This record gives sequence, C-alpha cells and structure tokens, in this order.
Amino acid sequence: MALTSQERTDLKRIGREIRETIVDVTGWSGGAHIGGSLSMTEIVTILYWKYLRIDPKNPKWEDRDRFVLSKGHGGVGHGVVLCKRGFFDFKHLEEYNHTDSMLGMHLDSKKVPGVEVSTGSMGHGLGEAVGLALGARVLKKDWRVYCVIGDGESNEGSIWEAAMAAAHYKLSHLIGFLDRNRMMIDGPTEEVMSLEPVADKWKAFGWNTRVVDGHDLDALADAIEAAQAHTGSPTMIVCNTVKGKGVKFMEDDPAWHYGGLNSELVQKAKASIAEM
Amino acid sequence: MPESGLTWTVYDADKMTQREIYGAVLADLGDKHPEIVGLSADLAKSTKIGTFGDKFPDRFFNFGIAEQNMFAVAAGLAKAGLTPFVSTFSAFASMRACEFVRTDVCYQNLNVKIIATHGGTSFGSGGATHHATEDLSIVRAFPNMKLVVPADAIETAHAVIACMRTPGPVYVRIGRGFEPRVYEKTEYDFEIGRAVEMKPGRDITVIATGVTVFHAVQAAKILEADDKLSVRVINMHTIKPIDRDAIMKALTETRRIITVEDHNYIGGLGAAVAEVIAESGKGCAFQRVGIPDCFISHGYPEDLMNLYGIDTDGIVAKVRDVMGREFETDEDWEDEV
Repeated sequence: MALTSQERTDLKRIGREIRETIVDVTGWSGGAHIGGSLSMTEIVTILYWKYLRIDPKNPKWEDRDRFVLSKGHGGVGHGVVLCKRGFFDFKHLEEYNHTDSMLGMHLDSKKVPGVEVSTGSMGHGLGEAVGLALGARVLKKDWRVYCVIGDGESNEGSIWEAAMAAAHYKLSHLIGFLDRNRMMIDGPTEEVMSLEPVADKWKAFGWNTRVVDGHDLDALADAIEAAQAHTGSPTMIVCNTVKGKGVKFMEDDPAWHYGGLNSELVQKAKASIAEM
Repeated sequence: MPESGLTWTVYDADKMTQREIYGAVLADLGDKHPEIVGLSADLAKSTKIGTFGDKFPDRFFNFGIAEQNMFAVAAGLAKAGLTPFVSTFSAFASMRACEFVRTDVCYQNLNVKIIATHGGTSFGSGGATHHATEDLSIVRAFPNMKLVVPADAIETAHAVIACMRTPGPVYVRIGRGFEPRVYEKTEYDFEIGRAVEMKPGRDITVIATGVTVFHAVQAAKILEADDKLSVRVINMHTIKPIDRDAIMKALTETRRIITVEDHNYIGGLGAAVAEVIAESGKGCAFQRVGIPDCFISHGYPEDLMNLYGIDTDGIVAKVRDVMGREFETDEDWEDEV
C-alpha cells in the first residue's frame, strides 16, 4: 500500500523536525556524527512512525519488532528519533554527551530505552540482528528485525559473515537497509575502498535486493512492504542517500561525517532544512 | 539425581575427555532448559557441541568458519532471551573474535556461555596458530566476564552446569583431550569463584589451574616423600573472580606460593594471584610458573608441558627453588623504612 497523502505530509514534517533537532543537539553537545544521521533520516522516520511494531511506553514488550542501528555512529539521529517517538524525555537530548548522562556518541542498550543493541564499532550490529532473527525462530515469535548498516561499515568482513549466515538460514523476517551515502571519514567510499557493484554483492550473497532513493518516502514504503511480503531470504534495501542531506553546506562533504556547529551554523543549517 | 543435576560420575568421566563430557552434559541440560541454543563455527565435532546439536537440531546453528559473526549472533540470541553456548577453539574465541566477545557479549553483560576448547598447549601438534597461551590474560580483562578453567572431566561437567546458574557471560576453558583425572568423587563443593583445596600443607602452597592441577598434586606427593615437605595444593578453577580468601589463607599460613598454569605466565592465574598478594601488603616468597612469554613449539602436549616446566617435574624443581629462597618478613621491613 502506497502512502496516503496525509502520511506523506506527516512523515515529511517529522523528518524535518528530526533533522532540526539533530542540528540542535549537534550544536549544544559540542559535536556529533551529523552527516550520516541526516542521510538515514527518512529510513528511520518511516520505520519508527509507520512500520515498526513497538510501544514506546513499554520498550521491552516481548513481541515488538527489533531495530538495530548497525552503523552505531548514527547515535545522534537514532537518539532524536527515539525521543520524538516518546521513548524518553527531551531533557536527555539536552544532556547529550554529558558525563554519565543517558545519551552519548554511541547509544548504550543498557541505558537507553528503545535501543536493542549497543553498537558503535563497525560490523557488529548486522550479526546481532541475525541473532535476534534466529531467536524469533527458536522462540516461535513473529517479530521482524530491521537493521540499518553503513556503506563504509560494509568494508568490515564481519558484515559479509553475517550476510552469509542470514541467507543460509533464510531469515526473511530480517530486513536490512544500506545507507548508501557514498562517503566515509577519509573521503568517498569508492576512493577509500570500492564497494560497487554493491547491490550485486548483496544479490550474490543470496539476499532479496532492491535499490531505492533513500530519501523518497514512497519508494521506501514500497520496498519495505515488498520485503515484508517476501519469503525465503532476507532483504537488503540499498538506499541511495546523500550524506548531510537537508543541510546544503554539508551535503556530500565527508568533512561533515562528524562535526560541531556554532549558533550561526545552527541557524544556517535550520534555514536550509526549512527549504526541504 | 544429585543436587547439582549431574547425571555423569567420575567413573564415566574417567573414560571421557573434557570435550566429550561437555557435549554430553550440555545435551542433558538441553532437556531441562529449552532456552539453551548451541553455536559452532565449523567445529561442532572438534568441540563436541555437536552432541547437543545432534539432539536439538532446531536449537543448534553452525556459522561456518566465521567466529566474529558467531559471537555477534550469540549476543543477538541472548538479547532475544535465549542462553547461547558457543564453542570454538580457545585461540579463536579469545583472539579471532576478541572484540565481539568484549563488545557484543561483555559490554551488554549478556547470558552467553563460551566453552573454549583446545586451551593452552593441548593442541600440541597444531603449533602457535592453534595454541591458546594468551586467552586467560585477554579474557580476564573484560568486565562482566567470569573465567573458569576446570581441572579434569568431572570438573568440566560441574562448570558447565554452574554456567546455567550464573547470570552473564562465562568463559570456560578446557583442553583437547586426555586430561588426567584429578577428583576421586563425583560430588564435591564446586562453586564458581571458590577455590578447592586438593591437599592440605604448611610449608608451601601450589596454586594451579586446569590441567596443571593434576601435576601439582603429583608434585606434592613426590615432595612429601622425597623432601619431607608439606605442600598445599589449591585448584584455582576460577581465575575471575579470583578467590582472595584462599590466597590470603595460603599466604598467611605457608608464606611461600607458586602458581602454575598452561598459559603464558603473563596476565593469567599467576598475575591474578600476584595482584592479590601485592595489594595485601604482606611479604611472601612467590613464583609464577607458566609458558615463558614465547610462542611454543609444536609437539605432544605432554612433551611441551615438560619442555616448558609446567608439568610434575617442572613443579617439583620450582618448589625446591622457592623453598631455598629468602624473603623479607614483615619485621625485616622495620629496619629499612
């Protein structure tokens, strides 16, 4: 089912608000992984507001869907999403990065309601997502596992170990998203370590693979619903995205993988987001 | 059935390796604990977790030769509410998958039980690529981890059962096979974190772990007969959390301690005991015995243990050395301060 126009309008608005808050938190916290949080905004927005079976008031609800942010440095984006979705109070965003506060650069599953898995080191989350999906099978539960991986992260061998295992065990209730923003810390992915043809790689590893514009909510909705209906293999949705999406002076610039913003840049970034 | 739930006896264990009894006990536990799942990385046969897998094929997962992913998946399964037992060689559990054990399992304090086989020199012919003489040192540094090195087959059975009543991650390090029997009785007071006194003694204490416990007991008998020494032998089957009370009692009562381990003498049992002694502020003649910080040769495990002085002969020689050593008592310090 395609998005209704009301859903599309709402999701766009929520996405804008998330981006604005990411900018705010980056400003007041002294610095954050902003580029990769902005590139995945539509992916996590549509999951958390439309597709994930969750209850923010009962984050440990046994039958919930599991979301794993394998690219754990998107912690600021994930934290903003969880807060806006009602998992915790806004004050925690204000204390982002403070010593011993709830939210830091990489979210801790023991501290943050709604975070299933502590990630941050690259190449761990997808394997843990495979474990959560196998766990559903052993326990005869019908929860789905959604996992967002990064393209730089895809250099890690463990991603492909997990890819093999998920296909081997035919985990069709595991739906992956590759945030293909084409940038990593040291530059464009194809200059640092070539990934292409990345969609073919996922196909060759036995995954049901689809390539979409990762900022197109309708395309994401179609891909997710097709993945939910698919059986026999896991799905990887390769989402072509723009690092720093929505903030013109950050877009496609690897310098904004991680950065800080003074009040002037916060205003400039928000003005840019308002034009989206 | 005894309180421990153990259906195997020392007489059964006599005919089994540590690996074999591990597989058998885990298969038994699987009946009572539907939450147990088994994970292997192409070593189901070698580690004997395959015994569980044969009985519970729907709760057993092989990941091929991909240890990192195996531990990540174990973390996910534990997050789902299951209790994964994960088996591979000690070298791969502690080193190939090191960060996955630390970050996925220990950081999140998950209920993952690692039964690491082929520890120490036990994979003799495998050579340095397959020897695990650093694993205790590496794993000991991980917060939340408990570290157990059973002395023989029946103790392995107790340790595997104890895993189920011990929340959080546990690393149980066992051998490749032919671990000599240490215990005469099936039932004894096994508790993770509490050492077992194998033999009382007044003159010196040998604190051993794993397969070296057998050799420590043999050495103590020789030293009693030939040297008229009263040698206490402690089986420190748990290296973390270490049994401080047993160490302090030995320190106070015998004032001479040696530690013996099938592991580099850096970072493992010897280091854990040394830390307790040093922090106590009490003087003591002390010697660590282990692999002397080198990559050891390939060979039969018995030969290697002899070559590197961690068997009966080596312990006898080291006890004689330490008995002849002077150390400053508390009173001596008064003059120098």
